Amino acid sequence: MLFLDAPSIMSVTQVSRYMKEMLDSDEILQDVWVRGEISGCRTYGSGHCYFTLKDAEAQLPCVFFKHARLRSSAPDLRDGMAIAANGHISLYERDGKLQLYVERIEPIGDGALYLRFEQLKERLAAEGLFDEERKRPLPAQPAVIGIVTSPQAAALRDMLRVLRTRYPLASVILSPTSVQGVEAPLAIANALDLLNQHGEAEVIIVGRGGGSIEELWAFNEEVVARAIARSRIPVISGVGHETDFTIADFVADHRASTPTAAATAAVPDIADWQVRIQAYQYALTTLMDTYFIDKREELDQAKRDLQRFSPQMQLERLHQRLDDTTALLQTRIEHHLSLRGERLNGASLGLHSLSPLLTIARGYAVVRRTADQHIVTSIQHVQPGDELTIQVTDGQIQAKVKQDA
Amino acid sequence: METLSFEEAFAQLEAAVAALQDGRMPLERALHYYEEGMKLAKHCHDLLQQAELRVQQLRVQESGELETVPFE
Repeated sequence: MLFLDAPSIMSVTQVSRYMKEMLDSDEILQDVWVRGEISGCRTYGSGHCYFTLKDAEAQLPCVFFKHARLRSSAPDLRDGMAIAANGHISLYERDGKLQLYVERIEPIGDGALYLRFEQLKERLAAEGLFDEERKRPLPAQPAVIGIVTSPQAAALRDMLRVLRTRYPLASVILSPTSVQGVEAPLAIANALDLLNQHGEAEVIIVGRGGGSIEELWAFNEEVVARAIARSRIPVISGVGHETDFTIADFVADHRASTPTAAATAAVPDIADWQVRIQAYQYALTTLMDTYFIDKREELDQAKRDLQRFSPQMQLERLHQRLDDTTALLQTRIEHHLSLRGERLNGASLGLHSLSPLLTIARGYAVVRRTADQHIVTSIQHVQPGDELTIQVTDGQIQAKVKQDA
Repeated sequence: METLSFEEAFAQLEAAVAALQDGRMPLERALHYYEEGMKLAKHCHDLLQQAELRVQQLRVQESGELETVPFE
């Protein structure tokens, strides 16, 4: 057993003080930048803030006193934030704890969070959670739309406004959740599961409005990704702004750039429907008109057919044939007659050349006995005293046969 | 007709227009499709005019059952 007052034995206070002096005299530790991810961040009523900075293999307790915080206008600290902290490292003797006394904090965009994001993305991609074949088509006209978001958020009001304008026929079931903070990832996953359990929604929008990468971080958590992947109902993600991409976006069946865009993608626009209804009304009227026009034409055609075969038409046709035949007959007869007439003319001409009148005209005369009109062609035909009629071209001469000629 | 949802009415309207495109049906049927179609179009139009987005909130009861209650 050793003597308690032996000079080589140090009390806790002594060794702590020694250690503190050692640390405080180290130039590097007096002004150091340390980067890591915040965890276990707590701010007390005093205004002092305590957290642990950690990376994959080590952790370092940190304290950020109120006066330093106010002086440095540091960002709001949250678990998971990647930061670089500037300060001095010393020993907190009461707890025997080495810690960083923070003076300044700078967020690191491209730090540990990003690394986690990339690692999770890679892992889920390898599992096939982002595969195109997994993406389901969205229903064209969802009657019920599920929304997973914060009931207080402006994002919800934006989405409801869009849905009200574009497709008021639908109904919305809000599955409320917090969308940022440590409890958000599980709450979001749970809200999604509840909508699936309820089963009425035909499409689900998961989203929140814009914010810092930390504020959107819940949508990069594996629990959320898994809940989206196992949803039986197609999921549309609408997180942050156009430029924000989250793990949720990769797993979702449809990625929309914002909550508003997600609501737009979820439903058709009734303005289009109204146009289509009007187009159909017009089509009905036009088709009916065309129908009547066609039928009227068919009717006219039928009438024409009917007339063509009616007894009256047949009678008329017979009449016409009769007329035609009569006309033909007439023509033939006239032709025939005119032929005859010509022949008669020719004959009468011949007859004319033989006429005694012509002979008379040349100076001959016809002498008849006046008493009996017997033509005198011989002296035997007359007796002295007979009266004669001499026919010349322009008249008759009365003569008397002389005695003893 | 009054009880038809918008989607049902719209689908029937589309069917009526398609049917009427076949000009060989009897007049009575054509007129029927025409009148039905015009009524359906009006019904669709009225439904759009009257439609109001219904918003409900999902809640877990103490029994663990889910229920929806009006939101806002």
